[in-house]
Amino acid sequence: MTPEPTTTLTDVDLPETPLTTPEVPAHESASEAAANGKNGRRLSLQDLKAFYGDNEAVHGINLEYNPNEVTAMIGPSGCGKSTVLRCINRMHEEIPGAYSTGKVLLDGLDVYASDVDLTAVRRAIGMVFQKPTPFPTLSIFDNVAAGLKLAGIKGVEASDRVEWALKGAGLWNEVKDRLNSPGIGLSGGQQQRLCIARTIAVEPELILMDEPCSALDPIATLRVEELIQELKEQFTIVIVTHNMQQAARVADRTAFFLLGDLVEVGPTESIFTNPTDSRTEEYVSGKFG
Amino acid sequence: MSAPTFNEAGLRGLPPVSPGRVRKDRIARTFIGALTLIALVPLVLVVFYLLKQGLGAWNGDFFTTDPTGRTCFPGQTTCSIGGVRSAILGTLEIVALASVIAIPFGTAVAVYLVEYGKQSKFANTVRYFVDVMTGVPSVAFGLFVYIVLVASGIGGSYAGWKGSVALALLMLPIVVRSSEVVLNLVPNQLRESALALGAPRWKVIWSVVLPTARSGLITGSLLAVARAAGETAPLLFTAFATNELVFGLGQPMNSLPLQIFNDVRTPQDAIVQRAWGAALFLVLLILILNLVARLAQRRSRLA
Repeated sequence: MTPEPTTTLTDVDLPETPLTTPEVPAHESASEAAANGKNGRRLSLQDLKAFYGDNEAVHGINLEYNPNEVTAMIGPSGCGKSTVLRCINRMHEEIPGAYSTGKVLLDGLDVYASDVDLTAVRRAIGMVFQKPTPFPTLSIFDNVAAGLKLAGIKGVEASDRVEWALKGAGLWNEVKDRLNSPGIGLSGGQQQRLCIARTIAVEPELILMDEPCSALDPIATLRVEELIQELKEQFTIVIVTHNMQQAARVADRTAFFLLGDLVEVGPTESIFTNPTDSRTEEYVSGKFG
Repeated sequence: MSAPTFNEAGLRGLPPVSPGRVRKDRIARTFIGALTLIALVPLVLVVFYLLKQGLGAWNGDFFTTDPTGRTCFPGQTTCSIGGVRSAILGTLEIVALASVIAIPFGTAVAVYLVEYGKQSKFANTVRYFVDVMTGVPSVAFGLFVYIVLVASGIGGSYAGWKGSVALALLMLPIVVRSSEVVLNLVPNQLRESALALGAPRWKVIWSVVLPTARSGLITGSLLAVARAAGETAPLLFTAFATNELVFGLGQPMNSLPLQIFNDVRTPQDAIVQRAWGAALFLVLLILILNLVARLAQRRSRLA
């Protein structure tokens, strides 16, 4: 198992909440979270290795992501952080020749189990990409409803969910009068929030974000970061970022990757102020990467 | 002017362009300009002659009668050589059926190559054969269909639908290649976004990839249709030619290229002029298809 910090204070409002440790069985932590009125899931990676053909890009990662927390994955380009992210919702295997070994457990359920429906995994684990990717032929409403349609949700229920998702993504007030205009007519920042709305509309168990702000200007970035803070009330969030300030701003815990290995993981503050590994210190202090 | 000058900082001044380079530039420009003009001459002449000769043939019954009339002798007033109605109908029907065959097949092949086959051995083999098919002369497709469908007597002898098959074979590689290019233009992130929402692959293709590429697919298909509409050789010994107005594709049918082919071979001036009229109409038809294709492209959502 990963050198896990013994306990992690996740929520200042509930300091007495016993904090989940890797030893706690997954379903218990989930029910705990549910008891606190939160429904984020626990995710754990066990000896996850990822390959591109013969090239092993990720060398056996063990990592825990706590429910209703934002976990940031940082590291220099090519360190495998995005690959790890794409392994979680099984997008990695979409690349020809790419595969992975090891376990990805969502509340104890292995998403790589042989009888698991791939599409169900991806419905349960939402993903926001680096570039905003609204579907160009669809209206704002239909973009958000795209995932709902797949889940068979239609009519009034779908309209309600679209409104809820757009409000959740902080976009409702900007688009409520033009829900039928094309999604690509929005600005870059709005498009990214539209994609976040599209992701949360299906109420996933977990949200993955792959450098969600790298194509956005600082104001749009700030808006998305605020949104991430709001979303963690309901979802467990994993975010890959190149921007260390962003990791410091949004993440409860931060994991530092280097050359396909997990170097260190811990509370964001201690990673940035008091890292245990010298390589982490060099990276966060800007000596390389 | 040409002597190097120095400014206050002691730097060498920027010399003017040498007269030799100016002269070379002028010669080169004149040369390529002249070649462009020469290349335009036949194009302009073709259009000019088509309009000059063809418009004269467009009289009152050109579009409403069939080419079944007789040559008028001097002094006769009640006779008429007839128009090209059956040829227009035949071309429209034959090309429509060919499109119905070739466009779905061709698009399906392109979807396979882009979304499933990718760089696999089989996909690359298919690509290679599609390329070879693009280069096959159209008369070879006509000959193939003649041997397989006409000479073998399947469904009778010559028939419009057999011409459609020959044209469809001609169109298929064009549709495949143009559709493949367009589908490759659809950003991969869009596919991934849809997959990450939990959409199965067929749904991603049907609901995201094809709609995004739609205008480009239409453009490519229309260009293939335009190409097929002007072909003579594949129809020559498949659909054959009859002057009568035929509605059913099960019988030999007339078509514009064949009407032109047959009319031009006659010695009568009036009938040759009818060929010009038919040619003008065919060119206009293809021009309209190209314009529609361009309009579709302009509305494209892909770069």
